[in-house]
Amino acid sequence: MTTKQGRIRAALLAAGRGLVLSFASSVGSITLFVLAVLSIAFIPLGIGLVTTPYVLEAVRKHANQRRLLAITWSDVRIPVPYRPFPKDVRGGFTGQVERTTLMLKDPATWRDIRWMLVDMTAGYTVSILAAALLIYPVEGFVLAAGLWRVFTDDRYWYAFVPVDSQATGLAAAALGVALFAVGVALSERLLRAHFVLARSVLAPTQEQELALRIDRLTETRHEAVDTAASELRRIERDLHDGAQARLVAMGMNLGTIEALIEKDPAQAKKLLAMARESSAEALTELRDLVRGIHPPVLAERGLGDAVKALALRLPIESEVDVDLDGRADAPVESAAYFAVSETLTNAAKHSGADRIWVDLHHTDGMLRISVTDNGKGGAAAGPGSGLSGIERRLGTFDGIMAVSSPAGGPTMVTMEIPCELS
Amino acid sequence: MRVVLAEDLFLLRDGLVRMLEAYDFEIAAAVETGPELTRALAELQPDVAVVDVRLPPSHTDEGLQCALAARKARPGLPVLVLSQHVEQLYARELLADGNGAIGYLLKDRVFDADQFIDAVRRVAAGGTAMDPQVISQLLSRRSQDKPMGGLTPREREVMELMAQGRSNAAIASQMVITERAVAKHTSNIFGKLGLPPSDDDNRRVLAVLAYLDRG
Repeated sequence: MTTKQGRIRAALLAAGRGLVLSFASSVGSITLFVLAVLSIAFIPLGIGLVTTPYVLEAVRKHANQRRLLAITWSDVRIPVPYRPFPKDVRGGFTGQVERTTLMLKDPATWRDIRWMLVDMTAGYTVSILAAALLIYPVEGFVLAAGLWRVFTDDRYWYAFVPVDSQATGLAAAALGVALFAVGVALSERLLRAHFVLARSVLAPTQEQELALRIDRLTETRHEAVDTAASELRRIERDLHDGAQARLVAMGMNLGTIEALIEKDPAQAKKLLAMARESSAEALTELRDLVRGIHPPVLAERGLGDAVKALALRLPIESEVDVDLDGRADAPVESAAYFAVSETLTNAAKHSGADRIWVDLHHTDGMLRISVTDNGKGGAAAGPGSGLSGIERRLGTFDGIMAVSSPAGGPTMVTMEIPCELS
Repeated sequence: MRVVLAEDLFLLRDGLVRMLEAYDFEIAAAVETGPELTRALAELQPDVAVVDVRLPPSHTDEGLQCALAARKARPGLPVLVLSQHVEQLYARELLADGNGAIGYLLKDRVFDADQFIDAVRRVAAGGTAMDPQVISQLLSRRSQDKPMGGLTPREREVMELMAQGRSNAAIASQMVITERAVAKHTSNIFGKLGLPPSDDDNRRVLAVLAYLDRG
């Protein structure tokens, strides 16, 4: 009983959504299609150069809106294929011209325009059908309930049923019931069909997808190279100013001791103590340096225990939950470790939390890590924040990071890295 | 006193052998890999084992694992673990069985021969020798908490030395105070932490660590 009710409710929901979509497909797509065609046609006149970027921007928003609905309503994922603008697009009229050319060169633009044609015809038909199959039966019931009396003189066609008497009115109602049944069975599928149709036109071709992938790889490779280079500089500087300097001082002290040992044993002894201190300090510095490059526990035990050891050093109460049945590749482990380390440091410094939960597990070829604190929230990802560095680190491995941190807390940072365990 | 030594770096192994022999220890075996260590511990039944955490062939925490396995086979086997770095995680694993006779020190501690040898003797006698680094990590973590915050700086100092495994006499000489003063401090500490006092050095360290661990 409940399942039947549930199905009817779902079907009605799909019908309502179909109605919304049919509106977007007709009014939205037709208006934007006409505007886009006109704007592009006016480019030779010069006006089009100014208007085209705005219109095409609106078209993209329109298409992205549909992508969003596709994933939220029917779980159909339509990738976004637009090429990003270069960072140095100029302002003013020249910038506008530049933008126009860039957009017109992007094959995704032409796919958008083609999609609007399909959307206003086939897309509209499918979505309105999803709605009509559940709305039209209502008319049949109303006819049977008495409205048929109005049409006793000239008959009214309800679909293929001529209505002019109670009998034919009841026939219309029967047809309505049949249509309703079909609607309950089909409307969700029709809604999905609408999005699948949109995907077939909107989704990037394999070539485009490859091009996008190459762009992304180029970007992350640049970042990886930059990060590696600055890391090497840091290591060099740390060694140069730290351990190396101390060893030099130690050598000098030993030289002096050699000279003093018979003349002034007391002074020599003092210097010896200093030399020993220097060596201990050099070791401490080297140890810290090693921890910054590749933490010993990570090397010895892997990610799970390394994160546990990390949490033990945290000044905040923490709980670490690890469910990994193997080890990932060393570079992935290292990236994940430092991402967690930075997240924990951020949380300890800024969140004001007194408890942190870390969860690590591996499912479906994906390493998933979440770090949650009970602090005051308000952390933001994006350029300039400490979290963007973590994002870059993970990006090299196609990993992603999401931050949920409403003001007032709690903050939850989730990370995903595709990888296999061995 | 018979010692089994496991250390893969030749120079360090050689140095340790010399140092231990100079202090009248008998070196039953000086090995360089995990499997050799396991065999030596089973066959030679030493009085104490001095073990590097990282050993071949895996070059991971093989030494630690061998030591833990050996202690499972022979509970209370005295083991002093040396490492280039000290981690609370490992310290907890070593202390987990509650049998004592455990040491966990940074390799640098061998610079001070007297203290190092003292640690070996303490472990062999069933006591503990924890690296000050582990202790300070534990203490700094708990420092915001009220029970620890209630300690005076002097008591804190005593607490640190006690947690390393020092006897009252050793603490007294290190801090240049009388043994009676140390005893007073320790009983104050136990009072503030709500722990019943005890004469047993080993149990006292374990109690402190267990308390810190509860965090």
